[in-house]
Amino acid sequence: MTIEELRKIAETEREAQNKCPHKVCVCIAAGCLSSGADQVRDALKREVAESGMQNEVLVKGVGCMGLCSAGPLVSAETQGATQFAAESHLFAGVTSEDAPELIRGLDTGSNGLKRCPTNVPFFERQKKIVLENSGKIDPERIEDYIASDGYVALVTAITEMTPQEVIDQLLRSGLRGRGGAGYPTGLKWSTVAKTGEQEKYVICNADEGDPGAFMDRAVLESDPHRVLEGMAIAAYAVGAQKGFIYVRAEYPLAVKHLKTAIKQAERLGLLGNNISGTRFSFHADIRLGAGAFVCGEETALIASIEGKRGTPRPRPPYPAEEGLWGCPTLINNVETFANVAPIIRNGAEWFAGIGTEKSKGTKVFALAGRVENTGLIEVPMGITLREIIYDIGGGIPEGKQYKAVQTGGPSGGCIPSPHLDSPVDYESLARIGSIMGSGGMIVMDETSCMVDVAKYFMEFCMSESCGKCVPCRAGTQQMHGLLEKIAAGEATPADLALLEELCELVRSTSLCGLGQSAPNPIVTTLKYFRKEYEDHIAGASCPTCHTKEHEEVAR
Amino acid sequence: MQTYLGPPQLPSDDKRWKIVEATARRHGREPHALIETLHTVQETFGYLDETALRFVAVTLRAPLSRVYGAATFYHFFTLKPKGKHACVVCTGTACYIKGAPALLAAIEKRHGIKPGETTPDGELSVLTARCLGSCGLAPAVVMDNAVMGKIGPEEMLARIGKGIGR
Repeated sequence: MTIEELRKIAETEREAQNKCPHKVCVCIAAGCLSSGADQVRDALKREVAESGMQNEVLVKGVGCMGLCSAGPLVSAETQGATQFAAESHLFAGVTSEDAPELIRGLDTGSNGLKRCPTNVPFFERQKKIVLENSGKIDPERIEDYIASDGYVALVTAITEMTPQEVIDQLLRSGLRGRGGAGYPTGLKWSTVAKTGEQEKYVICNADEGDPGAFMDRAVLESDPHRVLEGMAIAAYAVGAQKGFIYVRAEYPLAVKHLKTAIKQAERLGLLGNNISGTRFSFHADIRLGAGAFVCGEETALIASIEGKRGTPRPRPPYPAEEGLWGCPTLINNVETFANVAPIIRNGAEWFAGIGTEKSKGTKVFALAGRVENTGLIEVPMGITLREIIYDIGGGIPEGKQYKAVQTGGPSGGCIPSPHLDSPVDYESLARIGSIMGSGGMIVMDETSCMVDVAKYFMEFCMSESCGKCVPCRAGTQQMHGLLEKIAAGEATPADLALLEELCELVRSTSLCGLGQSAPNPIVTTLKYFRKEYEDHIAGASCPTCHTKEHEEVAR
Repeated sequence: MQTYLGPPQLPSDDKRWKIVEATARRHGREPHALIETLHTVQETFGYLDETALRFVAVTLRAPLSRVYGAATFYHFFTLKPKGKHACVVCTGTACYIKGAPALLAAIEKRHGIKPGETTPDGELSVLTARCLGSCGLAPAVVMDNAVMGKIGPEEMLARIGKGIGR
């Protein structure tokens, strides 16, 4: 496959799509799918066929459009010579019964469906790089991806650039790992590249285990080829020929789309042997996770791919030197790989121009919890939490008060309102005690009790601890016990002191990231909401716990 | 002690064993295919019993201890048969703060089962998921593969009742 051949496929595809003046896109990613989006798509297709409008209306299923809470979402784009030139509408909460009305209304531009305005901050404040194709292309058709400049970066890289040039681009772009820790991607790549000529592997970490995070799933479901392309470019840069995508078994749709994507790319010779007639070969394979949170840790993930129990091992040696089956292995997160193709295509300088001094580019967040607009967003680094929650998220519903936002899942922390104006980048979030994490962002209002939240995360870490090292296995259990005691109002101030001591111990002596970061939710809630702990200990009834019980009774 | 290196004998005439064997074969019957093979067993049989674990061990030439270790380590695998109908309550952070505990409490009150348990008549199993990734629809419940979003206890119980036919 040469650049010319790619262009030809892209042109044919664009022509075919532009033949119809109306384009109706139905979001069929997991969020909308669970509210019946597939039936909506089928109903729309049936309606078009029945009214004989096949040449006028193109109905296609696309990936995530972002505003998951308003699903199923349908966008209708009208272009060309009609008086409603290049008009685009977004409809929310569409059902199969709405199909006739929607199709009939295309020509006149009017119907009675619930419209979702697109000129609101939720859409306008976002900057899309990773999600640029999400909600626009059909994730199950490689041609649609190619029509959006797909695989141009891969073919350019392997035919016109040396591996070192690719790594240099990544280094200059300033891209940092999107899995949470923020290690410079280019640096990681060059470490693996420097290990010399031998068997190497590229692994895509799609074991998105943080509760409340669904960014990687959305990327894999909406634009799987982007991740494959990024992996292939990485393989070329570091000198690997084989790659694995370790994806959660809980994401069947992502797995299905990935499998389709791999087959399609192999058929077009964009994966496989001698890609684009060069000496570069790359094979990608899928490995299913089996519901172990710890497998998001890279050494545990490698053990799992090897068919063992997913327990981590001490580092160094890092996987970059000794990874899968003892070979140098590059592990990056889904979102990191998804950033690669645009960087190669548009240049490192373009990417480095977005974001802050130390954190470049954008970050995808899964915005959820007590916030008006829940869904998937992509924002430039350096945006403030306030802008995300109040502008994009639309604020707290039902007139309630903001209390905290939780970032980074069980390894992260709760950020209170005085820090709402701190920018979202790796360093700033770390300074206020939380972490960037993989991108879960859960907003809590006054009805959430912070002791309860800390207990929830500790319960999670306790049951997900793999049991290999004592501080994590026993420590999480002890901390959870103490939190239960505090929550029940049976604790003494000595218990609180013990809890703080345990936090420090588990943090500094655990083997892997799971244990080292497990105390974070307690540490931050103690730092910012200490009074709630003390109230529980003093036996004063917790106003929030109290409200909650009321609510549950009322329901 | 088996001395030959060919494919092991299937435990029974059940055609599903052939599907399991095919997964092992696709990975060259290497021990690293363990998790993939266990996935196939669970997909076809619904759970992993002793016969299956022994068969997988012999097929992949892996010690039974390792097979059992992996099967019990990963939450996704279950060694007990599930009920005819499965209700999965998401307990991810977003669902948790939007009322998942109340949903579980409602199920326990009505059906008398806690997460991971099955009703004595084998009709209904209740499970929890760490996160379904449908946080936009929190709280989310999956009844027999159909996702119900933004659901309250009453409506959920009604849907469960409809699912199990009572």
